[in-house]
Amino acid sequence: MEPINEVKSVVTPLYQKNVDTDQIISKEFLKRIERTGFGKYLFYHWRFDAEGNPNSKFVLNDGRYKDSTILVAHENFGCGSSREHAPWAILDYGFRVVIAPSFADIFYNNCMKNGILPIKLAVDEVEAILSKEEYNVEVNLEAQTVTGEDGVVYSFDIDPYQKKMLINGWDEISLTFQYEDHIKAFELRKA
Amino acid sequence: MAKTIIEKIWDEHVVYEEEGKPDLLYIDLHLLHEVTSPQAFEGLRLNNRKVRRPDLCYATMDHNVPTRNREQIKDEIARKQINTLQENCEEFGVPLANMDHPDQGIVHIIGPELGLTQPGKTIVCGDSHTSTHGAFGAIAFGIGTSEVEHVLSTQTLWQARPKTMEIKVTGELGFGVAAKDIILAIISKFGIDMGTGYIVEYTGEAIRNLSMEERMTICNMSIEAGARAGLISPDATTVEFLRGREHVPTGEAFEKEAARWLALASDEGAVYDKTVEISADEIEPFVTWGTNPSMGSGVSNNIPLTSDFTEASDRAAHEKALAYMGLQEGMPLTDIAITNVFIGSCTNARLSDLRTAASVIEGRKVHPTVKAIVVPGSQTVKKQAEQEGIDKIFLNAGFEWRESGCSMCLAMNDDVVPAGEHCASTSNRNFEGRQGAGSKTHLMSPAMAAAAAIEGHIVDIRKFQLVNA
Ligand code: SF4
Repeated sequence: MEPINEVKSVVTPLYQKNVDTDQIISKEFLKRIERTGFGKYLFYHWRFDAEGNPNSKFVLNDGRYKDSTILVAHENFGCGSSREHAPWAILDYGFRVVIAPSFADIFYNNCMKNGILPIKLAVDEVEAILSKEEYNVEVNLEAQTVTGEDGVVYSFDIDPYQKKMLINGWDEISLTFQYEDHIKAFELRKA
Repeated sequence: MAKTIIEKIWDEHVVYEEEGKPDLLYIDLHLLHEVTSPQAFEGLRLNNRKVRRPDLCYATMDHNVPTRNREQIKDEIARKQINTLQENCEEFGVPLANMDHPDQGIVHIIGPELGLTQPGKTIVCGDSHTSTHGAFGAIAFGIGTSEVEHVLSTQTLWQARPKTMEIKVTGELGFGVAAKDIILAIISKFGIDMGTGYIVEYTGEAIRNLSMEERMTICNMSIEAGARAGLISPDATTVEFLRGREHVPTGEAFEKEAARWLALASDEGAVYDKTVEISADEIEPFVTWGTNPSMGSGVSNNIPLTSDFTEASDRAAHEKALAYMGLQEGMPLTDIAITNVFIGSCTNARLSDLRTAASVIEGRKVHPTVKAIVVPGSQTVKKQAEQEGIDKIFLNAGFEWRESGCSMCLAMNDDVVPAGEHCASTSNRNFEGRQGAGSKTHLMSPAMAAAAAIEGHIVDIRKFQLVNA
């Protein structure tokens, strides 16, 4: 996966809690057997009306955020289905960072495996960011900070192992192969 | 020291541990289906990797498959996905129950049916409802496709040690109250993210008194409370369910296994990171009125008012949900008209669920404005139901009787709730558009869904049964 460390962008504010993965990528788009090409279906039923016309009220259709690479949402982002098509769609659309007060476990994990940085900030910090328009921030994974254009610095926690994986863009399976002896020994012990 | 079953199973499966790293955990059973596996197999091919332990994998086709006219799948992309799984299983030597196989069915229904699901195992699948298998006292959780590839290549996963939570269900269930109502009540009371970061163990006499089928219904929806896994310590009910199943040992070997399984149960005095309690006596038959599984209530209640919520984000969510559902705050739940009924899914499509629903509708007719379908969870369930004549009861009442699969639970095949219509569903998710774009889902138990089919609106099964007794 693509390494990630510094990301600078205007943030896309999605003021909503409990955004489920059915909304992020709807089931009619899960039949593809590739990992790519899901970006155009991201939030499909919120982005487009029944006739396929853009819904002007939805934030992804707001021209000001067209080139944004940072999505900000409310609590429990990515709940529901384990479909990895959700982070694939987010990545393919162009986001590299998702900021929220909390994430559902499987979604959070799936982001990590795809070089998307999920950042947990406190509820009031996220609400402060969501309340602004065209707010530019700079994310620094090494320093574990999000710095706003107004100079406000938000710090975040991340598991050191996952941080290392993201910064280096490592392929986890190749790493695990280095533990082959341990796996073999385990299998022998259980047999 | 007293240990929970979660700690016991975890400790038995750690392949490697090191400070500052997640544990490398061994996986005993890897279930696969057509939607979340193609990219994983493709990854193996691109990197010239094999499936390490095909003997610990088992695949089936469920999400996409048509529930009638299976010979000709009209949807070309769906057909390609189904054929891809067939080819991948052949190429990598993974056992598969394909669409024509007598064991085909929803992956979480056939695992237990075949006895692949056993106490003490670590079980994964590229599907969030893998938590279902926890009913047997296994650590079972859903994973993404990258992790599917990781398990295929290494039979392990890097996993941070989870926190443990006990959800204690005390007391006794009242008349007309089902396992589905317990879990819906838990999610509504504690919220859809109460379980984030935890593996949950369900305890208490109300849980102990449940059959294995009912326990599966509870564990199935653990993910709807945000928990990755939910489990129940094994007991005599667990052992008797597994006895004689295809993939469990026989004779003395079985007795030995059974003793080992029973010893896995949480020790007296084991400590959890968190404990919550709910009393079964207070639980009513439940229905959801909103767009996530926590937006539900006992059937005798009204839809809450927006002003009942204190937080701004909750008020916004409530308004958005009601606007989507086309419902008014404060209206009685039993006033909600239903035009579609779906009895199916990995939550409630086992034989006992179909029996219950059939007993409600026997000798009655589906309301003229309702379209109702039954989709058995597996071919085995379907066959057994037909042997008992349950299919006839449904057909005579005006239900459609289909082949097994996920079907209208997520509407990836042709079984779709039309836009704007309300569906009484025995499935597990009522997210916007879950059963088809613009569909409006109300989650409930099989008996409640069956009664709604007869009356054409949501009804209180307790009253229905008293009146019709
Ligand atoms: S029945 Fe529904 S919830 Fe269960 S595995 Fe199939 S799609 Fe998922």
